[in-house]
Amino acid sequence: MSASFDVDRRATSAQHEALAGAWGDKPGLVGWLSTVDHKRVGVRFIVTAFGFFVAAGVLAAIMRWQLARPDNHLVGPDLYNQLFTMHGTTMMFLFAVPMMLAVGVYFVPLVVGTRNIAFPRMNAFAYYIYLFGGLMLYAAFLLDTGPDAGWFSYTPLAGPQYSAGKRVDFWAQLVTFTEISSLLVAIQLITTVLKLRAPGMALQRIPLFAWAMMVTSFMVIFAMPSVMFASTSLITDRLVGTHFFNHAEGGDSVLWQHLFWFFGHPEVYIIFVPALGMMSSIISTFARRPIFGHLVMVLSLVTTGFLGFGLWVHHMFATDVPELGKSFFTAVSMMIAIPTALQIFNWTVTLWTGKLVFRTPLLFVLAFFFILLIGGLTGLMLGSVPLDLQIHDTYFVVAHLHYVLIGGSVFPLFGAFYYWFPKMTGRMLSERLGKWNFWLFFIGFNVAFFPMHILGLRGMPRRVYTYPTEMGWGELNFVATLGATTIALSVALFVVNVVRSVRHGAVAGDNPWNSPTLEWATASPPGPYNFARIPVVGAREPLWDPGGIRGHVTGLADDKPELLVTSVVDAEPDHRFLFPGPSIWPFLTAVATTAMLVASVFTPWAVVWGSIPVVVTMIGWFWPKRRDTEASLALERKP
Amino acid sequence: MKATRFAAACIAVAAVALAACEREQRRFQESSGNAPAQAASPADTVRPGGGPAAKSPADPTTGDVASLYQENAYAISQGKQLFTWYNCVGCHSHGGGGMGPPLMDDKWRYGAEPEAIYKTIVDGRPNGMPSFAGRIVDSQVWQLVAYVRSMSGLARSDAAPGRSDAMQAGEPETRREKTRPRPEPQG
Amino acid sequence: MATQIPALADRAGWTLQHALSPAGPQAAQIHDLWQFTLWLCVLVGGVVFAAFAWALWRAQRGTEDTPPIDVAHATEQRGVRVVAAAILVVVVGLFALVTASVMTDRALASLPRANPLTIELTGHQWWWEARYEDRDPSRTFSTANELHVPVGRPVLVKLLSGDVIHSFWVPRLHGKADLIPGRTNTIQFRADEAGVYRGQCAEFCGYQHAFMAFLVVADAPDEYERWAERQRGSAIAPSSDAEKRGQQVFLQGTCVMCHAVQGTDANARFGPDLTHVGGRQTIAAGTLPNQPQHLAHWIVDPQAVKPGVNMPPNRLAAADLDALVAYLTSLK
Repeated sequence: MSASFDVDRRATSAQHEALAGAWGDKPGLVGWLSTVDHKRVGVRFIVTAFGFFVAAGVLAAIMRWQLARPDNHLVGPDLYNQLFTMHGTTMMFLFAVPMMLAVGVYFVPLVVGTRNIAFPRMNAFAYYIYLFGGLMLYAAFLLDTGPDAGWFSYTPLAGPQYSAGKRVDFWAQLVTFTEISSLLVAIQLITTVLKLRAPGMALQRIPLFAWAMMVTSFMVIFAMPSVMFASTSLITDRLVGTHFFNHAEGGDSVLWQHLFWFFGHPEVYIIFVPALGMMSSIISTFARRPIFGHLVMVLSLVTTGFLGFGLWVHHMFATDVPELGKSFFTAVSMMIAIPTALQIFNWTVTLWTGKLVFRTPLLFVLAFFFILLIGGLTGLMLGSVPLDLQIHDTYFVVAHLHYVLIGGSVFPLFGAFYYWFPKMTGRMLSERLGKWNFWLFFIGFNVAFFPMHILGLRGMPRRVYTYPTEMGWGELNFVATLGATTIALSVALFVVNVVRSVRHGAVAGDNPWNSPTLEWATASPPGPYNFARIPVVGAREPLWDPGGIRGHVTGLADDKPELLVTSVVDAEPDHRFLFPGPSIWPFLTAVATTAMLVASVFTPWAVVWGSIPVVVTMIGWFWPKRRDTEASLALERKP
Repeated sequence: MKATRFAAACIAVAAVALAACEREQRRFQESSGNAPAQAASPADTVRPGGGPAAKSPADPTTGDVASLYQENAYAISQGKQLFTWYNCVGCHSHGGGGMGPPLMDDKWRYGAEPEAIYKTIVDGRPNGMPSFAGRIVDSQVWQLVAYVRSMSGLARSDAAPGRSDAMQAGEPETRREKTRPRPEPQG
Repeated sequence: MATQIPALADRAGWTLQHALSPAGPQAAQIHDLWQFTLWLCVLVGGVVFAAFAWALWRAQRGTEDTPPIDVAHATEQRGVRVVAAAILVVVVGLFALVTASVMTDRALASLPRANPLTIELTGHQWWWEARYEDRDPSRTFSTANELHVPVGRPVLVKLLSGDVIHSFWVPRLHGKADLIPGRTNTIQFRADEAGVYRGQCAEFCGYQHAFMAFLVVADAPDEYERWAERQRGSAIAPSSDAEKRGQQVFLQGTCVMCHAVQGTDANARFGPDLTHVGGRQTIAAGTLPNQPQHLAHWIVDPQAVKPGVNMPPNRLAAADLDALVAYLTSLK
């Protein structure tokens, strides 16, 4: 019986008030900038990432209108190169990864039953550095300094000789900003999932969404340093004349490709795996049963994370990498279909044996099965070396990547928006608008991208600003543009839905979908403290299983931001920990870091002089406060 | 007080913006025409490939045109490419000089202003600098002028080119210290 | 900007770069693999999707208030068997795909390659420089943007780059291979049907990546030999007054700074070799048909046709331009 869980209601209103005081923020601008509440930071991350999604979508719309007819002159080659570079860079670095991590930032602490994310000030810093990096890139774009060598920025085209000016330097520095942000969030998520779970939430009871976010975070930690090293080397090649990618002085432009794709392939799994977690959350709720084959699902996520690091050369099959080596990567590229297939089959069994609730979240999730399936199959085609040599760098790849990224990640993400919006805002999104949103998106997406498979097979390469009439590519391109316009309408509809529902949507209770996981065991939206009483968990579906919640934690202070740290495997209580409160220093450190990084686009000395303000702000950040030390000592003596 | 500080900040931002706009423009459509056949300099001026100067319509070149290229990263990088293609390296090497004088030092026989360098390329100079009138179009001469100035650090470091994808011949132009041009006796 | 290619007008435009219309054994091998892979994927994908759709259709309906299901052990056991069987099918399918892929690789590697015609192809922004090699060095020659090959003879192309990474791709003949500065890559193909095959650079290389095309013209062997012999020769001397004047314009103006015409003083290598430009079907790397009006337009304002290309505008007096075009057209 999925009773609405009322542990929180056992807490008195005085206790709620004390907790709100301990965990809440000060009012005003300074309070707004100083927040370390993972939910407030998470919302900012989500809204900002969505803003970048829309911006990149607008760029894509312009590209599609340029390509709608052959020999078109809407946009010249210089601007077009900037458009597709900005589109790819924004989607991959400023929307997809931050958005997925952001949903984790908001929901992982709730799902594992704790009060905040680990390292909350670092969380705030990660948001600001991400925001400032994105703003830097768009400021550059508006000043005709937008990068124009592709989101993958191959050398030597992106090197100092063939890309004049500062355009590529801003791209490379953007990578620095976003990688710092993602790495920090990854560390927070891993720590939260491993050390801050509610007592009783042993490893086998961790929800699949939390597993997905943890696997993603490990991938981030191993993949991001590769691209950071690559982009930093590119900056030094361009700024001070190093020779990392200069073949004439012992460097190699293929080195760039290895470094970039060693990150670039896991990157797409970093975008895909969180969506797999969202799928599990939604399917389980809307099929009214736990996901079939939980252990296999967890192992599939972990296996995907590992295998994702063994594929990168499949982006380089046209280079002179040795043939035997290429075959190895064909084999692994095919192999990674197995854990994904396991996920798909387990979900299918879940749906088949469940009782289906056809609401908008489930619709978006069901679209995954159609779209990602096609994307995965074209991925198998691209994994074969001989086939890839025909379809690599053509519109076939454009079709494939959008099928897997949009079908595999964006559709589940929209499902997750509809699913979790009531928890975040206390209101339901409109079902009617949701269904329109869904169908327009689904139809528009397929109309836009399916023809691109055919275009690629008919010889249309990527990254071309226009094409001759007699190639015969005009009609399909026009159809694709119509589809893209439909997608734009669908997203606009979503925005309308959100804006209207935030104010006037139906009031959602704590658990409007009657879901099994802990985030639904508290108010919608949760108070700054998440749970007035941290639950003691007894089952994998705490809100469904009769023994799901065995009790609640006592002994944590109400008037101080205290948290329970538990053990890694069995989530046994380990110690109490006083969390840092709101602080302006993450914001100031982000400003100082931004100044240093932006200035170092122009001169290497900025790294030297610019690090001084960074050090100063970090000292301010870490300087122990007498008040906090005294409170911590007081809590140790008497809880 | 607040208003003036805000205004100052706006002006600073606008200055950066304008600089960026100028530095990054890719001007593909240029006023064209072969470099005008100026009044020939002393008789010992040679022409590449020999032969009489081609008669071509003179193109007015204004000071504005000159400055358009000096701060433009694309123009300077094109100039660097042309410096090799049109075999300036044959006499000047990559700035160190050889048969021709060095171009990366601070000594300028005929002046370091863009117009002077333009004249050098178009008219030629005594003792072996050929006249490229009729051989190189105006826009490309200005690109070469901009590059030549960058060789001695006279271009803005954010517009000057970085290292090339070749064996290193010297410090990248963007790293060169700005020299103060001084006249050298014409010899 | 109309870009009819008159010599190819009888060929339906859509087959020019069609990867699924092989004209040689390499492309045919890949085409076979494509067919196998496509049908296997359609089959397995179709079954998976049908199973999924059937599951959706058969599942009971509920609402948010439906109590969560207590799943029976028997159901879960049956589910295990279904998933295990399905994964087995997937693994077998994947193995088949990998095997087919590796077999195709090996088939490609063992296609006959004896006595190849060797071409050293250097990619530049945004044109193709070809040097036909020969055991006898006096029989080598250079051309640009249009490769002739004899039907039925293997062609070995050595791929070099003069600047950034490009990619050589003639879909009807083979897959693509990258031209990477500092490295020599190779690709082998054979054209089994006479015809004209369009190719295009397939690695983003800057402003005019979209218009860095080339033609591979497969001729009957004797016709190829005649073409090659003409290419080896120096430029045809101008005969008419217009052509002579045109040659003067060429040699006295800007053209010689970048272009070569064998047999004259023009020896620069930074633009395409024009010794036999009159015999090519297209100009500007496959962008415009090689006709006088297009040639004139290209010479006067290349930036209007291909913004960002390295060739500057050349304003010439009308008579000079006509003469130059006549001269270049005569260079067959």
